[in-house]
Amino acid sequence: MNQVLMKIPYYPGCTLNTVAKQFDSSARDSALAVGFEMAELKQWNCCGATFPLAPDNLMGLTAPAKVLSGARKVGDTLTTLCSVCYNVLKRTNSVIRESKEKRGVVNGFIEEEYDGSLSVLHYLEVLRDRVGFDKVKGAVKRPLKGIKAGAYYGCMLLRPFEDVGIDNAERPTIFEDLLKALGAEPVEFPNRIECCGAHLAMNDEEVVTRLSGAVIDSAAGMGAELVVTSCPLCQYNLEKSRGAGSSNGVPVIYFTQALGLALGQDIETLGFEKNATDVMPLLKKKGIA
Amino acid sequence: MPRIGVFVCQCGNNIAATVDTKKVAEEMAKIPGVVYTCDYKFMCSSPGQETLKQAIKENDLDGIIVSACSPHMHEKTFRKASEAAGLNPYQCEITNIREQCSWVHHDKTKATGTVKSIDLTRMTIQRLKKNQPLKKIKIPVKKKALVIGGGIAGIQAALDIAEGGREVILVEKEPSIGGNMARLSETFPTMDCSQCILTPKMVEAELNENITLYTYSEVEKVDGYIGNFTVTVRRKSKYVDEERCTGCGECIEKCPFKVESAFELGLNKRKVIYTPFPQSVPNIPVIDAPNCPKIQKDKCGACAIVCGPKCIDFKMEDKLETVEVGAIVVATGYQLMPNERFGEYGYGRIKDVISGLQFERLASSSGPTGGEIRRPSDGKVPESVVFIQCVGSRDEKKGVSYCSKICCMYTAKHTKLYSHKVHGGQAYVFYMDIRSGGKRYEEFVRGAIEHDGAMYLRGRVSRVYEKNGKIIVQGADTLSGSQVEIEADMVVLATAVVSREGADGLAQRLGIGYDKHKFYNEYHPKLKPVETVTAGIYLAGSCMGPMDIPDSVAQGSAAASKVLALFSADEMAREPITSVVNKVTCNACWDCLTACPYTAIERDAIKDRKGNIVKWVAKVNDGVCQGCGVCVAACRSKSIDLKGYTDEQVFAAINTF
Repeated sequence: MNQVLMKIPYYPGCTLNTVAKQFDSSARDSALAVGFEMAELKQWNCCGATFPLAPDNLMGLTAPAKVLSGARKVGDTLTTLCSVCYNVLKRTNSVIRESKEKRGVVNGFIEEEYDGSLSVLHYLEVLRDRVGFDKVKGAVKRPLKGIKAGAYYGCMLLRPFEDVGIDNAERPTIFEDLLKALGAEPVEFPNRIECCGAHLAMNDEEVVTRLSGAVIDSAAGMGAELVVTSCPLCQYNLEKSRGAGSSNGVPVIYFTQALGLALGQDIETLGFEKNATDVMPLLKKKGIA
Repeated sequence: MPRIGVFVCQCGNNIAATVDTKKVAEEMAKIPGVVYTCDYKFMCSSPGQETLKQAIKENDLDGIIVSACSPHMHEKTFRKASEAAGLNPYQCEITNIREQCSWVHHDKTKATGTVKSIDLTRMTIQRLKKNQPLKKIKIPVKKKALVIGGGIAGIQAALDIAEGGREVILVEKEPSIGGNMARLSETFPTMDCSQCILTPKMVEAELNENITLYTYSEVEKVDGYIGNFTVTVRRKSKYVDEERCTGCGECIEKCPFKVESAFELGLNKRKVIYTPFPQSVPNIPVIDAPNCPKIQKDKCGACAIVCGPKCIDFKMEDKLETVEVGAIVVATGYQLMPNERFGEYGYGRIKDVISGLQFERLASSSGPTGGEIRRPSDGKVPESVVFIQCVGSRDEKKGVSYCSKICCMYTAKHTKLYSHKVHGGQAYVFYMDIRSGGKRYEEFVRGAIEHDGAMYLRGRVSRVYEKNGKIIVQGADTLSGSQVEIEADMVVLATAVVSREGADGLAQRLGIGYDKHKFYNEYHPKLKPVETVTAGIYLAGSCMGPMDIPDSVAQGSAAASKVLALFSADEMAREPITSVVNKVTCNACWDCLTACPYTAIERDAIKDRKGNIVKWVAKVNDGVCQGCGVCVAACRSKSIDLKGYTDEQVFAAINTF
């Protein structure tokens, strides 16, 4: 097939370059299969993680602003995968776009002239709005038939709604719509938009165990056999806290791994072995692997 | 030379504490044309007014000035007194030396207040010298009223006007009058059945010979002004001849098609030819044209076949009717905010999450379950029900900033109804505060908690979801500081009361004001609660904001009394402070026409003797003009003046400095 691929500038972020490599690679491969290419920025730095989210300090904005201004030089769109990177970049972008004063300060610091004109998209949005879930569905070669999958949104994809919300913050469907396109049976579970505990993993593991455990239990309680995430930190917390409840058997994978699987990629390349939970028994049980 | 009198009021200590009134009077006496001055303790008192009258007569005054409080307070008083003494009332002018003068100055010894009073009074004297005696405007009044909206407020207004002996046209957009009140089961705080107290009034409205019902009709256009409105009403086609229909109901019986009932808020179905509810007034069915196969594709027609008096006409069309009325009462009511906006409560997704109005239907003996509380999904009697208050109210982020006022009370009522009908059932209420201001209201809520055992939890609900046939409600109890999770069979949302869809459009057609929530604005929130800025148009009920039944009825009656007062004389007198156009200099740019907020300016043709149009000019309709002066500011050729405040007068006042 001699199709010209849509190229979308891509910001991987630190985690996807280290502990979540399977998230990165499965996303890139899947993109090619549905008609676009993730063109990684030549130069990029850390998004700043949680620091830019503090509203009272402009210094935090300099790191993401540098990423954004770099990306604007190669295109008008930037896509990313990690929910935190997405949240930080998108919110920084709107601060720069909306506040002339803050824009001036930040630009002065990074010695750039960035105006906030980039549109920051999450990979899920690219699939929904640029590619279309119908097209994704058409490209499915190995439908995830019979798998009851719970989509876990966490907080960062949806809130604050005005700045980042990729869907209705209280009743999102984008993730479930994707799973449906992949042939799975999405399970809407109540805790899918609750917090996983995030960075408290570093200093108060108990809280994370309780919160993430409640997420997994909630999914399992509604009949989910698999939980799908879009964030390395959520993924880490959910996998780590599985012991909290009665639902030990529920594996957790990145949504791009589910996507790659359905698009027929070689299972070996999807990096399931890097996950802390083992999805293979489920796949075997369902006759997929 | 004019003969002017100046009366300086001490207003007890209100003015005299900081203003030397005697000095003011003395200074004024020095001004040419001023022939009489005095200061007095209370000019507005009876002896004060007598002093004024006597001075006018004795000194043959042709103009007077009262330097006292704001003209809002006593302009009327002093003008009346002047008139009694034989003076043109508009030759009496007020200088306000209280609100913006004596009250804001502190030290009498520094005399700042006195100096300002002298300046202000001097300005008024110069203005008065240029006054023209004005005459009140007389307007003929058509003694027939239009009431828009056939809910309880509109019905009450119509009945009161009719009982006062005047004709009323009651316009209702639904096929029956009754409004939201017809949907309710029982009413707080007395728990009498809504239908039982409402239907007699509905029937009365139908039978009263002074009332003409225009149901299934909407106001399309409003022209004219107080006493002389011309209103175009669209009478939507019912496809049933109202004159001949006997209301036997045979057609409804035989109609083979069913659709969701809007009156039952989706809890039940109705036929395609229908009356909204059994006690509808008038008891004449209408055909729901978009859903009727006969009208859409010429199939069926069963209703016409069985109709005895042959009154069904599938070709019937909407009619536009023009009515002439002297006053309009707007009582268009409220609706509930669409619940779908609140995804966290599961409305629209979970069948057994319903709105407060839907619960009313479940509890109503004429409702879809015959008054038994049964949940919509499977008809099971719920063992526990969670009521969530403030859904959208007091929530600026996702809903509306205001309190919907009636929800605390109706939720308490719901818990009572539920506990009376389902013995052993447990009601939970999540609330922010309980607002039960009103006669016997607090006792009512206490009764729900203490006598009927409703469990009140102060806090918000974060999530509602289904699990194993139960509805799980997660929320916070902020009094005990804990998270709670309740397994319920049904959830009832006390959704915010909002203005009716299309309320803004109607307001624009009527030329009345509305706020950012599209609730109609009263003229004055305290002292003119049922008037609008447009003379002759009155308001009643929850089109102004959330309101309970007693208040709506009171306002219906209040609006009616205003209408009857207006209709009590053949002509009505209006203040003559209106704009006037200089036809010679007006060059018809029509800037005034666009600027006028009351549509008081018309295009007028000046013709020669042969009837050829020579020139177009602006013309002010005295009946509509409110004397705001916007047109004066807008006029480029300085061709408009405001009577009583002409440019000449204003400049004379300024020139005193």
